Parts: sequence; C-alpha cells; structure tokens
Amino acid sequence: MKVRAQIGMVLNLDKCIGCHTCSVSCKNVWTNRDGVQYAWFNNVETKPGIGYPKEWENQKKWKGGWRRKANGRIAPRIGGKFRILANIFANPDLPEIDDYYEPFTFDYERLQSAPESKVVPVARPLSLIDGRRMEKIVWGPNWEELLGGEFAKRSADVNLEGVDKEICAQFEQTFMMYLPRLCEHCLNPSCVASCPSGAIYKREEDGIVLIDQDKCRGWRMCVSACPYKKIYYNYVSGKSEKCTFCYPRIEAGLPTVCSETCVGRIRYLGVMLYDADRIEAAASVEKEGDLYEAQLGVFLDPHDPKVAAAAAAEGIPDAWIEAARASPVYKMAVDWKVALPLHPEYRTLPMVWYVPPLSPIQNHLASTHIGFDDRIPDLSNLRIPMRYLANLLTAGEIAPVEAAIRKMFAMRVFMRSRHVERRENDEVLLAAGLTRAQVEDMYKIMALAAYEDRFVIPTSHREYAENAYDLRGSCGFSFGNGCSDGQSEFSLFGMKKYRGHTQTEVM
Amino acid sequence: MSDIVHFALFGIFPYIAIATLLVGSLIRFDREQYSWRSGSSQLLRRRQLVAGSILFHVGILLLLAGHFVGLLTPKEIYMALGLTPALKQMIAIVAGGVFGVVCFVGLTLLLHRRLFDARIRGTSSGMDILVLVVLWTQLCLGLATLPFSFAHSDGSVMLKLSHWAQGIVTLQPDAAGEIRDVGFVYKAHIVLGLFIFFIFPFSRLVHIWSAPVWYLGRPGWQIVRTRRPTSGVRRPA
Repeated sequence: MKVRAQIGMVLNLDKCIGCHTCSVSCKNVWTNRDGVQYAWFNNVETKPGIGYPKEWENQKKWKGGWRRKANGRIAPRIGGKFRILANIFANPDLPEIDDYYEPFTFDYERLQSAPESKVVPVARPLSLIDGRRMEKIVWGPNWEELLGGEFAKRSADVNLEGVDKEICAQFEQTFMMYLPRLCEHCLNPSCVASCPSGAIYKREEDGIVLIDQDKCRGWRMCVSACPYKKIYYNYVSGKSEKCTFCYPRIEAGLPTVCSETCVGRIRYLGVMLYDADRIEAAASVEKEGDLYEAQLGVFLDPHDPKVAAAAAAEGIPDAWIEAARASPVYKMAVDWKVALPLHPEYRTLPMVWYVPPLSPIQNHLASTHIGFDDRIPDLSNLRIPMRYLANLLTAGEIAPVEAAIRKMFAMRVFMRSRHVERRENDEVLLAAGLTRAQVEDMYKIMALAAYEDRFVIPTSHREYAENAYDLRGSCGFSFGNGCSDGQSEFSLFGMKKYRGHTQTEVM
Repeated sequence: MSDIVHFALFGIFPYIAIATLLVGSLIRFDREQYSWRSGSSQLLRRRQLVAGSILFHVGILLLLAGHFVGLLTPKEIYMALGLTPALKQMIAIVAGGVFGVVCFVGLTLLLHRRLFDARIRGTSSGMDILVLVVLWTQLCLGLATLPFSFAHSDGSVMLKLSHWAQGIVTLQPDAAGEIRDVGFVYKAHIVLGLFIFFIFPFSRLVHIWSAPVWYLGRPGWQIVRTRRPTSGVRRPA
C-alpha cells in the first residue's frame, strides 16, 4: 500500500444554475493573457451539446484518454511512445483553434473616434489572434447556451447514444442541464503520460497536475491526449497551459477561485486518500462499465487506523489525515455514492466528481400535480433520461446513477416530511438505503452547504520541504527567470515582443 | 575575394558562429528557459503544416546527419572501409539530392504558409520569418552545388571541404586555406550555414537541442514530483 493524498472536487449539478461565475472568475485570474484568450480552464456547458471544444467527448475523433490493448495493458489512445514521437513534427490529432473558437474583441475605439455620420457607429469584432477584422463571429465558448443552435448539430453529443434522439428533439420532451468543467487532476493522467519532455507532473502532496512552464517545449501531445481537452496551447508563449487548481490558494488552505465564487454553492473540496499501487490495475479493468467501481476501490478509508498509520509512515501530515476524515468529497463520492466521476471510460481516473441533477417528473406535470408525494417517484419518468446521465458519469451503467438520484430524492422527501408534516418518514430512507444519521449529514453538507462544510482544505506544509532562507527576495508565482513575466519588452532570445493591441475586454 | 576577407569568413567566423551557438544556447537554457520552445503554429492553422512540417523535418535531419558524417569523417576511415572519394561523393550527391528535394518541398510549403496565411503571418516574429527565409535560401544554395559537384566527380572539391571542416574543429590555423579556390556557390553555402549557427540561440531553432528521444526510455508512463525531503522524513504534526 502506497498512500497518497489528493484534494478532490465535487460539483453538485442539482444546484448549478449555469451563471458562469466560476468561468469568469477563473478567466480573470488565469487566462486573460495573450495567447490564451481562447482558453477557459473552467467553462460551463449546456448539455446535451457538443461542448467546447467542439465534440470534445468524441474520442473516435480526438483520441483522448487511454486505450486497453489486447494484452490487458493500457496505452494512450493517441499511441505508444514511438507513435507519439513519430507524430512530433505534425500532430494528426490536434484540434485547430476554430474547434474552440477564434478569440475576439470589439473595436470599441471606433465608438469614440468615428467621424460624424448619419448612422450610429458600431464596434465591429476584431480577431485577437492577428487583429484582423472578423466578418462574422461563428462560434464561441458557450455557443450552445440554453440549447442554442439547431438540434441537428447539438445532437452530435455522444452522450445521447442509446437515448431516443427523435423524442428529445420534440419541444415538449426536450431536456437540458449544465455541466461546469475543469481539469480533472486525474489519478492516471494521460497528459502526463504523453508529454515527451516530461514537463507535466502530478504533485505527490496534493495530487494537483501541473505543467512545468520552463520544461514544456510545445510538442503539444498533451492537448490531444487529454480526453477532457483541458490542456490549452498558448500560441504566443509556445507552451501548453492548464487549470492549476489554484494551487497557491490550495496550499494556503483556501478554495479555488471557481469554488470560492460559486453563487450556487455547488462546489466541494476535500482530501481523498488513495493507494497509488492500485491505480494501474483499476485503470486497466476489462469492462468500461466496471471502471467506476474500480476507481472507488482505489480510495482508502481515512477512519481505518491501518490506513492512518500507513499514511503517517508515508509522511502525510496528521492535519491531512484529519481533513480526510472530514472530507465532503469522501462522503459524497465514497460514503453516500451520490457523486460520480465524469466519463470514467477514458480510464484516467478523474478526481472532479459530479452529483447528477434531479429533473421534473413528467407524469406529474401531465396530471398537473406539482410537488412530491411522500415517497420516491418513479425514476424512469425523470425528464433527463437516466441513460444520458449514465453515459456521462458511469460509462453507461444506470444502476449507480439511479442509486444516487434515489438518495437525493429520499433526502428531500424525508426532510420535507420532517419539517412540513412533523413526521419521521423512515420508509423512504429504507427504500434508498440510508440511515437517519446519514441523511442528516447529507442535508447539512448538500442542502445547507455551509462554507466550512464545503471546503475542508488543510494547508500544505512547505516549510518542511524548502528552506525559507533560500527563498528570500524571490518572486513567488512568475513565468520563469526570476521576476520576469516572460514577456519582457527587450528579449535577446527571441520571444515575440508584445506590441499588439492592448485589449482589456476579452470575450 | 581578398585573402583577409577569405580568412575572416572561413578562418575566424566559424569560431565566432560555433561559440555563439554553444555559449548562447547555454545561457538561454540557463536564464530564459520559458522562451525555449518549438514555437509550433499548428493550432492556428493546420493547412500546409502537416505535409510541410513532416517533409521539412525528415529532409533536414537527414541532410544534417549527412553533412556531419560526410564532412567530419577522416579520409583514412572511409578509405579503410573501401570507399574512394569519388564513390563517397556520388553517395553524397544522390542522398543529398533526394533529401534536399524532400526538404525543399516541405520548406517551401512552410515558408509560403508563414508569409501568405494572414493568421500565421500576424502571429510571426521577425525571427520566425528570418529563420525560414535563411533556411530556404541555404537549401537552394545546397541544391545549386549539385551540378558543380558532377563537374568534378573525382571528389577533389569534397576532399577540400572536409579538410577545411576537420581543420576548423581540430583548431588548425591554416584551415581556411584549404578552400581558397573552391567555387563561389560552395563558399556562399558555407557562410550562410555559419550564419545559421550564429542566429541559432536567438531563434526557435534551439528546440533542436531538446529533441525528446529519451522519452522512449521513460520507465512507465506517469511522473510524480514531491517536495518532501527524500531522506530523514520530518513529519509535521
């Protein structure tokens, strides 16, 4: 047993209102720089839809994630080491920027400087790549917002496999949900595996996956290998960039900015202990439908004294083991099993998990009956098809999704009985396999969702790893070469000098 | 060409160029590693890049290897292997011609894309364009030497060139004299080649040093970094 700790995340989709506050705060902090205006380390998609970049979930097209070979071992879907190196001159599986969208701003200056004319001057769109005027904006990071665009295009969403598309196309039968996405900080990251430079790494202390900006050479294999398409090539610096899980904040015990600013309080951060020796076997199980269960088997119970002792022997601080016991992520993913991984079939063992959304019960609407009975409704009548959620969260296995949704309904029905009818509705708990203590804890964490219950983040103990005296006068977070931002006005060594437009608005 | 200019170009400039290449690369690697990258523009435009880049890279790598081995292998070694200078020159002409044409097709595609695709042109630095123009010119000069080489198929000019190159790397003060009377096209090819060495550390060409061949030897797939001290674990309470 090799115990390691990771800060994991859970997003409660049942509460997501699709306001994009997470995306905007992330953009303002991390990607409002030249070369990454098109990149959204965090974005919110309306599902069903092809997403951002276009059809990112279609691995027949993009070849992200891992592939199980005939001999039972796994290799990146883009190929083994030889094939990755052979493709280094031109990567056949790399998206073009138009698959994301051409980043743009508007010619705001014209509103001020236009000469007198009969018509009101307009601010036309300008490309942020080369400053050229764009005739028409044809795609954006959230083009399908609220089911925008025609169904024919949106229905290319691979999660609709096994769902009757014709029925979903009808207005009365349509459904939608929001899916906020960020880097999954996987236990078995295919980006790390595919980087020929060895610049991408997973941090042992907290599991955050980072790109060493000094060591990245821009071979861009990680962009293809990541099945979530959450690595972005910065075309100005020539380096790949990704979600950092706001590691400077996490190290200080603070939540990521996307979590901090979430107005719906849907995000949870907490410690997960896992056994690094079990990762390879879990990622290599034969049936894709078994991957969710296999990943659950990798996590360790922090309440087990043997696990705590092994963690201590590995040098994991006591505060972290303590935090693992109080971790909302562990409770939701492992104890209650209401949170599920996103696309476990990619075999990367993702660490950002999702609570599936509840949706209206269609028969009730038809009979003008609004509200709950005091029992769990027939889950096959939910507006969002189970099959769709299962394709998204459990590689097509419906049972775990149903169990999660049943528990959430049970919590609602139980609490409603208690508060409205002053009755302890134990039958509904029995039906969902919950105890009163569990449902009370679920209610506290998932419904009330107080700040300190959502974010249980121990500070990192850097003081034991580095000599503070060596760090005096240094710059903290920078783009290499001491305090340089990597884009100095004068550079002998050929970085593109920044002489373009000074945009403040980034769309 | 006066003696002093000839000596400056072929006796002194090689050392300036090689020293700039090595020392410049070292300083840039040490001080400005954030700027050390291949500078791919594939994300912005795939068209013309796939064919262009593959043909160019395959061609230029084989040409480089050919020049390196061809110029620096002492005559005695290949004579002992049964190669006459004439035969060796014939191999050089055929291999250089074939890979030169491969590289030429690729490089022309890349240069055309760089100059005439608005998106690529707009995101190019002056050095990005200069490197491609210089490489393209150098390739044309190299291909232009082929008819001259056919004219003296005994390998005599080739011998002079390799004596010069070997003289330079073995620090012979009179190395420049070896190529006093070779044709202009050879001299231009040499000077431009040295110029490429000279601008190397200031351009994206530095990515050549980082060819990640050792990736093949990585044990397993994953990389984990730790900040914990590896010995004498001090565990915080």
